[in-house]
Amino acid sequence: MAAPVILDTYFKRTVLGALGLLKGMSVTLGYFFRPSRILTEQYPENRKTLKLHPAFRGEVIMPHDENGDHKCTGCTLCEKACPNATISVLNTKNIAGKKVLGKYIYRIDQCTLCGLCIEACPFDAIHMGNGFEHARTQRDGFDLILNKKEGRG
Amino acid sequence: MEMVKRPLPAGFQKVSGDDNTEEYFINMGPQHPATHGVLRLVLRLDGETVRECVPHLGYIHRGIEKQAESETYLQYVHLTDRMDYLTSHMNNHSVCMAIEKAVGIGVPDRAEYIRVMVLELNRISSHLMMFGCFGGDLGAQTALLYGFKEREVITDIFDELCGARLTMNYFRPGGVANDIPDTFIARVKKVIVDVERTLEEFDRLITGNVIIQERSRGIGILTREDAIAYGCTGCVLRASGVPYDLRKDDPYSIYDRLDFDVPTKQNGDSFDRYVIHIDEIRQSIRILQQCIEQIPEGPYRSKEKPSYRLPAGSYYAATETAKGIFGTYVVAEKGDKPWRIHSRSPNFANLSPIGKMVKGHMIADVVTVITTLDILIPDIDR
Amino acid sequence: MDLSTTNFIGDLVREYSPYSWVASIVNGVIAIVAIMAVGVGPSPMLIWWERKVAAFTQARLGPMRVGPWGLLQTVCDVIKLLFKELITPHGADKLLFFLAPALPLTGSFLVLAVIPWDHNLQVANPGMGVPFIIAVSSLGILGTLLAGWSSNNKFSLLGALRCGAQMISYEVSLSLIMLFVVLMSGSADVREIVLSQQGNVTDWWIIKAPFLGIAAFVMYMISATAELNRGPFDMSEAEQELTAGFHTEYSSTAFAMFFLAEYINMVATSALASVFFLGGFLPFAFPDFGFAPIVGVVASINGALAILPGFFWMAGKILFLITLFMFFRWTYPRPRVDQLMSLEWKFLLPANLILLGLGAVFIAFGLILP
Repeated sequence: MAAPVILDTYFKRTVLGALGLLKGMSVTLGYFFRPSRILTEQYPENRKTLKLHPAFRGEVIMPHDENGDHKCTGCTLCEKACPNATISVLNTKNIAGKKVLGKYIYRIDQCTLCGLCIEACPFDAIHMGNGFEHARTQRDGFDLILNKKEGRG
Repeated sequence: MEMVKRPLPAGFQKVSGDDNTEEYFINMGPQHPATHGVLRLVLRLDGETVRECVPHLGYIHRGIEKQAESETYLQYVHLTDRMDYLTSHMNNHSVCMAIEKAVGIGVPDRAEYIRVMVLELNRISSHLMMFGCFGGDLGAQTALLYGFKEREVITDIFDELCGARLTMNYFRPGGVANDIPDTFIARVKKVIVDVERTLEEFDRLITGNVIIQERSRGIGILTREDAIAYGCTGCVLRASGVPYDLRKDDPYSIYDRLDFDVPTKQNGDSFDRYVIHIDEIRQSIRILQQCIEQIPEGPYRSKEKPSYRLPAGSYYAATETAKGIFGTYVVAEKGDKPWRIHSRSPNFANLSPIGKMVKGHMIADVVTVITTLDILIPDIDR
Repeated sequence: MDLSTTNFIGDLVREYSPYSWVASIVNGVIAIVAIMAVGVGPSPMLIWWERKVAAFTQARLGPMRVGPWGLLQTVCDVIKLLFKELITPHGADKLLFFLAPALPLTGSFLVLAVIPWDHNLQVANPGMGVPFIIAVSSLGILGTLLAGWSSNNKFSLLGALRCGAQMISYEVSLSLIMLFVVLMSGSADVREIVLSQQGNVTDWWIIKAPFLGIAAFVMYMISATAELNRGPFDMSEAEQELTAGFHTEYSSTAFAMFFLAEYINMVATSALASVFFLGGFLPFAFPDFGFAPIVGVVASINGALAILPGFFWMAGKILFLITLFMFFRWTYPRPRVDQLMSLEWKFLLPANLILLGLGAVFIAFGLILP
């Protein structure tokens, strides 16, 4: 009657269950005995060999050429494109009375790194840099001035 | 020790148990390892048996929808990354589709293929995360790490593609932000191989495990009717036997050109909700393989604009994310900013039936149900 | 001289001291220090090893920063724990709250006291060693229950209740398996049990009792995992369900005591398993099956293996078993609490009774391997 059925399922479940558990163990043991599959990046130690993808969005930078010149005209398109008021473009006038870039303020603590400013720039003046170590112990120092000199040089 | 009489939480009725036992309440969350963020579940318990379960939301409400009203459409796209951060691309896609619909921008073929490939990669990564959490929440911590391990490879592809791992902001109205790098196709091919190996490993480690089966079969059953009534979508709905998938039933992008199936399960229990993710990943791999073969040359974005002005009116676009249907409803007035944006988040609807699902089960089953519903709190609160 | 009954230090003290109590005190102090050393000493290493095992199964590296391969990580953790604030939750029963962490430690120290580490290296050898072990190992439950009750926290209470139910249940099958070994070896004396396995590998109880030994060993490992409250049977902690279970409210040294007790318990349980099934401190020896060509070779290999003192063999076996426990923990998911109970009462307990009966039959019909 029922007893053989119960015993049958009892042993079946035991054997199948044990087999399933052993299979699971084979996966973890496989990893344990093959350290080559370890993925850990030892970050501060491997700083020298660390390679980020060129597209990585870490911070907004303004590249300067060898003469120390940049391409920004102070058109403020990036300022308008920014969702968080991260960028402030303060313009000034040069000797000829023409409007030029005075200060390019970039508040990195507000930046969400969406990259819209870079897309908005018609002059290719700002780029996304790879630097990502922005942690500070003080609140100040997050307002960066990206241009090294006034105007377009 | 003096017992302090506290008023009962709203919505509860105290039922005195038999033989002098007393029901009690437990706050599962907002800080709890198994609630995947800051979800608070108020449980009314009789011993370990759950009598009633009420989810309380709002602990990570950031007012994204309100914030959207002060941002341009283009700027809003990157905010949707922060809703369901496991399916960022899909949220972006939904917003972009709404804008495209309103303004009438076409999307170049290559862009559509890139989009679909990225979307399916994102779906795989989200599902892998779900596997990991499923194993991890049931006590097999190692499975959690295995899920993350493969997901890491996919996030790295995204990193190379668009410069960020989680908050991608890659989709734009009319295409994508930039063309795919040369290595992309090769890496996707490699990921397909890797993911298939991982699926096989998960089969051995989790699916075939007798403890997992005991703990998830017949637990948290969501009937077909309930699933429809609560508005559940995605894997939760399909595990209950409803073959509804926007990619098939209301095809957007180029999904109508691709050949794939919509897997369904019939029982609607936790195990089905877990297994269906495996089948979905296999379908995603099929889609990826077709895309790799078919992807054409051409522009990756139709003519871009600094900002988009939507004609007054209301627009709705929905995508099938890894969790379910993510819809964006835009009400536009004149100007480049929306009057109101509402997001229909899949996780909110998927969480709703939890009270019904866990009733009569034990505390441990609440964890199983939460993890198989595959919810993400930032998407619920927004 | 029969080494097994020597109390070398005691005799030495007795020879020089006119008072008999001096010998008792010296003996006692040495015993306590020895047990502490054996119990507490390896724990930091075991914690490190556990983290490494976990890391390697998860394709990680684990602790790497402090010391070579992170060896000193545990030391740092302990120092950190000791300097943290000891927080008593509001409404806690203070006496019980601070009494609770001491009890699991006491229980496992008492078990360690009767374990023979070598031919003449054992703190105490009561004639009824096995019943003594069964008795004192229950102390751990008390600690957990008190911790859960006195914390004034529902998660703690749930964890403690689960733990109480679980440990009392699994104690039954653990005791039955111990009885099986007692039946086989014909002695409840722990040292006698070890000595009954003298010879080569086939004389260990895991093999000597055909099929029954291996079944008993597997069931012992399952019950022991449950008794230890370790994953996959860590119902009382159940991180994903009860946050931290019975020690949710514990911090600083009190938490460290619970943590330490887990590892000392693991040492004690593994030591018992090795005593009962793997020949305790006896060296590993290959069997020669009476096969003439290899008798000489096997004998010389066995001779070489036997050079290592028994203590190392014991430690090696314990480490092997502990690693096994760790693999269990880092592979398997956790059953639900009622499933764990039904595993014990519907599966393990009947199986144990059958095992015990079969053991008696095997002995009666002389089916035990020579």
